[in-house]
Amino acid sequence: MHEIGIATSILECVAAEAQRHPGAQVIAVGVRIGELAAVDKDALDFAFECITRDTEWEHLKLEVEWCPRRQKCLACDEEFVVRELDLACPRCGADNSTCIGGTELDIAYLELEEPCAKS
Amino acid sequence: MREVVEKKVLSENDRLAAELRHRYREQNILCVNFISSPGSGKTALLEKTLASLAPSQPVAVLTGDIQTDNDARRLSRYGFPVRQIVTGGTCHLDARMIDRHLTEMNFRGPGLLLVENVGNLVCPSSYDLGEAAKIVLLSVTEGEDKPLKYPGIFHRASLMILTKTDLLPHVDFQPDLALGNARKVHPEIEYIALSSRTGDGFDKWLAWLDALQRKFQQTAAATN
Repeated sequence: MHEIGIATSILECVAAEAQRHPGAQVIAVGVRIGELAAVDKDALDFAFECITRDTEWEHLKLEVEWCPRRQKCLACDEEFVVRELDLACPRCGADNSTCIGGTELDIAYLELEEPCAKS
Repeated sequence: MREVVEKKVLSENDRLAAELRHRYREQNILCVNFISSPGSGKTALLEKTLASLAPSQPVAVLTGDIQTDNDARRLSRYGFPVRQIVTGGTCHLDARMIDRHLTEMNFRGPGLLLVENVGNLVCPSSYDLGEAAKIVLLSVTEGEDKPLKYPGIFHRASLMILTKTDLLPHVDFQPDLALGNARKVHPEIEYIALSSRTGDGFDKWLAWLDALQRKFQQTAAATN
C-alpha cells in the first residue's frame, strides 16, 4: 500500500545522486528489500512504473534484490537463512539466535552511462 | 559504470526520526507507537489508559487517521492534549508528521507521548517515528495467524497486546496459538492480554508502561 511512497523515495534518491554525475544517464537503480521490510516487490515494480511513466525517468530500470531473513546463532555463531520460520540453528540446534538480515530497504547502486568523450 | 550508493530508501525519514529520538531523550519524553489493523481497539485502549492516568501527569496523544477527527474527539475527553493527524490518504504516519504536530502542540517533556498510528499492519512498520517502543495490537476477533501474515510489524514490536479478551467465550480464537505464532517471528516479544471494556488485564499493561517509563527516564538521565 505504501509502495508509491517507497518508489518516490527511491526516485528522489536517484535524482539527488544523478546530480553528482552531470551528463551521465542513469539506466538502472539497484535496491535491496528484506522479507521483513513490509514491501511487496510486485507492488513496488508497479508503483515505480507508474511514477516514472512519461517522465525523464521512463527508461530507468528498477533492479530488486530480495533478501531472506538471516539469523546468527548465539551459541555457535553459525549464520543461516530462515526457512519456514524455523529459527533453530541448523548446525547445533540451539533455539537462541539474533536477526542479522531481512529488514533491508536500501538503495545499493546506480548503473550509469557516461556521455561519450568528445574527440 | 556501477556507482555504489548504499543508502536507506527511507533515509530522510530515518534522519528525522533520529532527531525526534534525540529530542525525546533530551526532554525526557517517552514515546510509544501503537500499531494494529483497523478495529483492533487502539482507540479504546488509549481511552482506558488515559482514564487511568492522573490528569496532572504530562501526557500528550497524537492520533493518525486517513480521514475524520473522530478519534481525537473521543480521546480529548480525558483532559490531556490530543491532536488528530489526518493523513488524507496516506496509510501510515511518518517522522515529519510527528515533528510538525509535536511542534505545533508545543508539548515539552518530561512526559509520555502516545502515538496511535493509522490502522494498518503493513506500512507503519517501515516508518521509524523515533519511538522507544512499537506496540502491536491483535484482537481476538482476528486470526491467530496474523503474526505469520504480517511478520514485519511483529518482528519490530516490543510488545504484543491481545485485545477484546472479554469476547473469548464467543469466538474460537486460541491465545496460545497466536502468541506462539508471534514468537516464531520474534522470540523476545512481550505479551499482555486484556479487555479495554471490562478492564481485565489492564493493570498488567499499566505496569508495563510504567516500567518502560522508569527505564527510559533512567537511560535519559544517564545520557543527558
